[in-house]
Amino acid sequence: MAEKISILIVDDEESVRDSLYNWFIEDGYEVECAEHAKKALALLENRKFDIVLADIKMPGMDGMEMHKRIRALNKDTIVIIMTAFASVDTAVQALKDGAYDYVTKPFDPDDLSHLIRNAATQISLRSENEALKIKVTTLEDIDDLVGQSEAIRKVLKQVESVAQSNSSVIITGESGTGKELVARAIHSNSPRKFFPLISVHCGALTESLLESELFGHEKGAFTGATFNRKGRFEMADGGTIFLDEIATISPKMQIELLRVLETKSFVRVGGNKEITSDFRVICATNRDLKSMVKSGTFREDLFYRLNVVNITIPPLRERPDDIPLLVNHFIRKYCTSMSRDMITIEPGALKHLEKFEFPGNVRELENMIERAIVIGNGKEIRLKDLPMGKEAVSSSVESLDELEKRHIVQILNKYGWNVSRSAKALDVDRVTLYNKIKKYNLKQQE
Amino acid sequence: MISCGPSEKDFLMKVALTTEKEFRIPVSFEENHVDLNQFYNPGRRQYDANKLLSFIADCSRDELTKLVGLFRVDLFIPILTYIFGQAMLNGHSAVASVYRLRNELYGLKKDETLLLSRTTKEVIHELGHTFGLIHCHVPSCVMRSSTYVEDIDQKSHHLCTRCRASFEERR
Repeated sequence: MAEKISILIVDDEESVRDSLYNWFIEDGYEVECAEHAKKALALLENRKFDIVLADIKMPGMDGMEMHKRIRALNKDTIVIIMTAFASVDTAVQALKDGAYDYVTKPFDPDDLSHLIRNAATQISLRSENEALKIKVTTLEDIDDLVGQSEAIRKVLKQVESVAQSNSSVIITGESGTGKELVARAIHSNSPRKFFPLISVHCGALTESLLESELFGHEKGAFTGATFNRKGRFEMADGGTIFLDEIATISPKMQIELLRVLETKSFVRVGGNKEITSDFRVICATNRDLKSMVKSGTFREDLFYRLNVVNITIPPLRERPDDIPLLVNHFIRKYCTSMSRDMITIEPGALKHLEKFEFPGNVRELENMIERAIVIGNGKEIRLKDLPMGKEAVSSSVESLDELEKRHIVQILNKYGWNVSRSAKALDVDRVTLYNKIKKYNLKQQE
Repeated sequence: MISCGPSEKDFLMKVALTTEKEFRIPVSFEENHVDLNQFYNPGRRQYDANKLLSFIADCSRDELTKLVGLFRVDLFIPILTYIFGQAMLNGHSAVASVYRLRNELYGLKKDETLLLSRTTKEVIHELGHTFGLIHCHVPSCVMRSSTYVEDIDQKSHHLCTRCRASFEERR
């Protein structure tokens, strides 16, 4: 650790500079010296020093003034003020101005060692903290959104560009495509990431419950309101509020929501005090809000207020290239959480998944993989471990021609090979049916 | 090793021998009867280690020889209340003093064996700096920084593996 710490010594006395220089060099620190504040500030403008040891009494700019300028240049630099003329007032002022510590010359060698060691520990904890914050965010992003298809890359690009702004976002997509994950990715990449992301599932709550949930309530506002309760908007202060299934909210709530979005202030249910909150709104829906606006079921002004940026997540069937990546991701996820050895997937089973339509999208695929790991043989996921029935397997490999041929035979058999009646049942003319019989070389069974 | 002030030859020989064993290089000692008054600071009632270091550096004969001045007076540098010793990192000279290594200074019983051990460690430590070694975090390594005399007792007079490798590289 010591090798990484850089120290700048600022003192007009050469003997002091040299003594400290030799002392710190022997400890393995990186050391530079300056004989006055002007030179020190010039050095600090060109490079970063972790610790500055500055004399308080110097010709020209004194140590206290220099300290203020160092703080303006880089708040992270630790400044230790030293002086031969100790006074409580200057010590208190130095600490008030943000100095790390204040020492009186000459110091006890052990005090100096402790002081620098503690400062070095603080520096290392700070950088560790920053690194961990970055790591936590990165991990969240990597884990959440999986895919390399053009469609998902477009979504990721949109997330990246919209995250830094404060604009409202509407995320649209079929059920199970990962709308909440996209909302989380936007939040965790935004400057609001260290404040909460509050999710509200609008579709699951009645109008009155949603009102109390969003705005909070005062004690006694309604039967059962035995305590004051913060609303979700209040809880999201500094962060993001995610309103899922926004299309389901009532016209009354639409008006209230519009007012909150415009003023960023609201009153708790049963209260009279106006509360302000700084939040960003991200909404999600699987319905076409534009057509709802046209039909008059969703307020146009609210729609435009929310729809500053629109992100559409494609359904899984439109990005089959991502299925192998998603399968591997979910295998890793569930094998880890179930403390099992990593397993693979049979090529046939994977091929089958790639052809499947997935009406429930990624959520359905995730559930399939989880189930297959639970009921499987612990080595690989086989076709029989997947929940689709045998019909699905057979129908998916049957061609259209085969289907047509089978159906025509069924109808012909039903009407005793009477071509006129069969053609009528099939809703085609007799010539077409004769052509089909010829094409498929169909013959009546004895 | 240049001994300044009254000292027993046997004591100096033992220090030289252990130092020689540790660095595996020949170590000799001589006595110097310099007047130390010129290095005395009446304001602090201590001796200026920076000036003493310059004096020892001036005694240098060739580029290959490292010189350690061993004193019996209380050493200081302007910024610190006291020091046990000081060296020029990657240089040719160092100073050390037995003054604060004596048990009697702390109101304890005289202990010549302990004094020899502490002096040897201090001489090896300062010489290590002249070979470019910096302070080490290994508790038993002689290059570990010591600000109290008890710290010196906690470490051995040997270089740790890493400092040994660094020394072999630089010698």
